[in-house]
Amino acid sequence: MTATAGQGLVVTRPGFFTLLQDAGRRGVMHLGLAAGGAMDRHAWAWANRLLGNAYDSAALEITFGNVEFTSELDTQIAVTGADAACTVNGEPRPLWSTLRLRAGDRVALGVPKSGIRSYIAVLGGFQVSRGLGGSCASFIREGMGSLNGDGCKLAQGDHLPCLSGLAPVANRKVPEGWRPDYKTPLSLPVILGAQVERFSAATLETFFQRPYTLSPQFDRMGARLKGPALAVTDNTLISEGTSLGAIQVPSDGQPIVLLHDRQTIGGYPKLGAVTPRGLDALAQRPPGTEVRFSPVALHQAQREEHEFLSFFNA
Amino acid sequence: MMFWRYEVTGVDTVTLHFGDRIDIALADRVHQAADAIAADMGDRLMDIVPSYTTVLLRYDLSRDDLSSLLSDVSDTLADLPAIGPGDSDGEVVDIPVYYDPSVGPDLADVADRAGMTVDQVIGRHSGELYHVFAIGFAPGFAYLGQVPEALAVPRQSTPRPKVPAGTLGIADTQTALYPLASPGGWNLIGRTPVTLFDPGRDQPSLLQAGQKVRFVPISRERYLELGGRLDDLPWREEAQAPASEGGQP
Repeated sequence: MTATAGQGLVVTRPGFFTLLQDAGRRGVMHLGLAAGGAMDRHAWAWANRLLGNAYDSAALEITFGNVEFTSELDTQIAVTGADAACTVNGEPRPLWSTLRLRAGDRVALGVPKSGIRSYIAVLGGFQVSRGLGGSCASFIREGMGSLNGDGCKLAQGDHLPCLSGLAPVANRKVPEGWRPDYKTPLSLPVILGAQVERFSAATLETFFQRPYTLSPQFDRMGARLKGPALAVTDNTLISEGTSLGAIQVPSDGQPIVLLHDRQTIGGYPKLGAVTPRGLDALAQRPPGTEVRFSPVALHQAQREEHEFLSFFNA
Repeated sequence: MMFWRYEVTGVDTVTLHFGDRIDIALADRVHQAADAIAADMGDRLMDIVPSYTTVLLRYDLSRDDLSSLLSDVSDTLADLPAIGPGDSDGEVVDIPVYYDPSVGPDLADVADRAGMTVDQVIGRHSGELYHVFAIGFAPGFAYLGQVPEALAVPRQSTPRPKVPAGTLGIADTQTALYPLASPGGWNLIGRTPVTLFDPGRDQPSLLQAGQKVRFVPISRERYLELGGRLDDLPWREEAQAPASEGGQP
């Protein structure tokens, strides 16, 4: 069989916030553009892996569920992430598993019971042209990526091109023990940075011992937390490049974790950075969730990240 | 041989620090270092972000590790020739600007505060050679310095909800052009017809950190000839519009 692009999934109910996401852009931060990419890489990468897709394949990132798509072709999909009821033509189907679709089938997701972001990957990956930084990651603020290179979230009637005629993969599912429970208490591992010296020992003790609450100001740019204020001894900082997961502390003392669509330079003192694996878990928590922080050694964080990448992106 | 230190800023990022002050001599060294690292490392780095005093490096953890990266960075930096103040070879980019109250609604206010005429402000602002300290805040947004002290006006207390693309502003001793329409709190003094950021171009951002910029005053006729717009000025509506939730530089 020869694979052809053309037929695809048609968006019949776009939901609240549905984006195309891949592994993000590379080599663009010096232009003032952040990498972007899937907020929960773990669920996103599993959806692609189940279908044997390349690590970097584009998949749908659906925030708060409530979507429906109609397939124009026979293909396979995988739905991972938030615990949202999945149906095909109204019949329940499992998450974290390959699913067969026939032309004309309608696949729908309800509102999640736990977790907030669902991922849908399709056999061969969605066939969307890649722009700056080799990526089609939707970036609404800058009007880049997505279906038409305008960064827009998906709308009713949008057509997501897929490859037809691919040989199907064997049915697979993620073993039970490997599926995360997004209701477990969250402790975010933090790699401490040198600017940690701008915080007193008592302030750091507060930060690592008291709970913080994820505020409603939580989007792809950053997550604001509410809790005991953190005093900074010196808050003048010459603007510098920002890293993924950086914990900025502005003058009100309430920490902000910088995420995938952050501004690329910033001038607030930073306590450290939440690890990417921590951010994957954070991406599934709704506002109001209690969050704790725990220091992690760089080599341990790097080992975990290395294990993640060698498992999914070997 | 230049002095530098590093700070781990993430699981796959490290930030090199070269000093702790904003000045052009230090920035020249930072950008010399960034260019040399970029040239030596090529695709090995996922991102390299120079700013005023720092260079952030994002590396590929599946193919690289911090100690070998720092060892190679160290070799690159050890080989750099010393540069004195003023002998940086930064490329000069000329940017045409229509300095006028119609496109720069704060021009008269800047002149009042400086005790100058509008023409004197234009002469002083365009008479300076600016250094691109950093690109950030938004795609292609270049932080340029230094503005002569006499023209250094603090940011507006209430940012404007919408500043059209190409508008030139001053905030303290910095000056910048807004590449895309966005909220902004800088004092607006003019506008360029040039497209500063276009993701479809080979060089999406007209300006790169380390370059020098000269503003060339142009007439209204020349501004329009070069494709400058006057039909998208929001100044009249701004009194009613709420400040955006979005960030501003």
